[in-house]
Amino acid sequence: MHDKTVTQLAAALKSGEFSSRELTSHFLQRIEQADGNLNSFITVTAEQALKQAEAADQLRAAGNAGTLTGIPLALKDIFCTQGVKTSCGSKMLDNFIAPYNATVVEKLSAAGTISLGKTNMDEFAMGSSNENSYFGAVKNPWDLSAVPGGSSGGSAAAVAAGLVPAAMGTDTGGSIRQPAAFCGITGLKPTYGRVSRYGIIAYASSLDQAGPMARSAEDCAHLLNVIAGHDVRDSTSVARGVPDYTETLNAPLSGLKIGLPKEYFGDGLDPEVEKAVRDAVKVYESLGATVREVSLPHTHYAIPAYYVIAPAEASSNLSRYDGVRFGHRCDAPADLIDLYTRSRAEGFGEEVKRRILIGTHTLSEGFFDAYYTKAQKVRRLIRQDFLDAFEDVDVLMGPASPTPAFDLGAKKDPVSMYLQDIYTIAVNLAGIPGISVPAGFAAGRPVGLQILGTHFAEAQLLNVAHQFQQATDWHLKLPAFAEENA
Amino acid sequence: MALEDSHVRRAAHLARIAVSDDQASSFVDDLSRILDMVDQLQSIDTEGVIPLSHPLDATQRLRADEVTETNQRDNFQRCAPAVEEGLYLVPRVVE
Repeated sequence: MHDKTVTQLAAALKSGEFSSRELTSHFLQRIEQADGNLNSFITVTAEQALKQAEAADQLRAAGNAGTLTGIPLALKDIFCTQGVKTSCGSKMLDNFIAPYNATVVEKLSAAGTISLGKTNMDEFAMGSSNENSYFGAVKNPWDLSAVPGGSSGGSAAAVAAGLVPAAMGTDTGGSIRQPAAFCGITGLKPTYGRVSRYGIIAYASSLDQAGPMARSAEDCAHLLNVIAGHDVRDSTSVARGVPDYTETLNAPLSGLKIGLPKEYFGDGLDPEVEKAVRDAVKVYESLGATVREVSLPHTHYAIPAYYVIAPAEASSNLSRYDGVRFGHRCDAPADLIDLYTRSRAEGFGEEVKRRILIGTHTLSEGFFDAYYTKAQKVRRLIRQDFLDAFEDVDVLMGPASPTPAFDLGAKKDPVSMYLQDIYTIAVNLAGIPGISVPAGFAAGRPVGLQILGTHFAEAQLLNVAHQFQQATDWHLKLPAFAEENA
Repeated sequence: MALEDSHVRRAAHLARIAVSDDQASSFVDDLSRILDMVDQLQSIDTEGVIPLSHPLDATQRLRADEVTETNQRDNFQRCAPAVEEGLYLVPRVVE
């Protein structure tokens, strides 16, 4: 069962091949057997999952099942889940039992899906390797000495290892697409505002967006159908109709205009990654697409702009952790300032502190215009690059990451870690959607092809990704770990 | 724009994070490298460019000024470190 896509499992549940209870037990057993080696889950909610599975089976028996009723999923531990620990990968929230559900969680539950638990992540979604988690690093099932990527590293590793058929992630600068690429799965970051942020622990509110991580683009389409849409509880969610993303998956690609941004094929790109991506583009040409080079001239300013804007927003968002209303509180505080400063010093890890301090500094008197206002102006130029490119082409293609997964512990300097996100970060600044699909291997580790579209082009991205997956089988490859350890 | 020890201490104070002397000097090193990278922004001409704060250039949506939430104080205080009779407890602030 663990090598099947959500689409295949849904068909098997429908035909009665097995029950949701059997399916859910199967995956829970795999987690039990294999996750000691991966550390992809922070919390497993086995008992609750089995109850949900029984309810799903009853719903089906009564003839009330929907497409995804009874499908087990996992949630990045950034989604608030009522009555369940929601840690965001931080000591600060190690004791936090969420008192309400995120809108994404409500919608997935209403669709009859089963939550197996909460997946590991970089603390407060700040990281590109999952090594910043208070709950320890996650390992990449393709090579246990490699990182799974981050920040949604637990979700990516769990799906790749066949511990769960799909999982939810969030993406602020690449945190769905890069781990999807590193773990050989498919991950979609929707347009900013397409999916409600309500109940998702905030990192950088003008960049954060949730999306599905699964074995195939078709699975992502089914999941996006459930989670997309307007939500009055998120003032930045967009009031715009949600199409059935599965309906257009099979549209032919003849005449599709693909742009290859020349800045995405420059210095620093691993030659094997480049070859895999260029081979993937050839597959598209054989499907009738035309290819041309385009330019996104401000690409190299995306990481500098991001490391002003995201930490600035984080410094504000994370001010809520005060040791008073929820979260970690230091022992025996001498006074109120001591309570704040010590609770925060003890509760936050190093990378989170770095970003809070950078954000506080760049927003402070005397520095605001030189950093924050400047970065916001550059942000507009970066977005304009994409809008100009989409005047000429339908989609952009390139690598999701300049290298395959790197080794655990390989990047100790924060800036060298930040530079890993060169191909993903501009997408969040522009608010456009992007998807990473498996496109081969480099040094035995998976390579992700990133496909970008203009605002609200999710249906097109899923169609373009699905057609590639009809013509290739990279997305069906499983790591040996998936067979040996469970 | 070089980062000094005093900048880090001011940011740590404003952000209410206790930082030891050793930590402060290590933050000066790390944050300096990050700001050196960020300083590339200064080389772009942004004369006349309007700052972008929302990727869709959307404005804040307003709603009718109506009560839509119910009182869930007990529910929300269940995850608090210390409460008494519906109030959050903190060290004494008024002598």
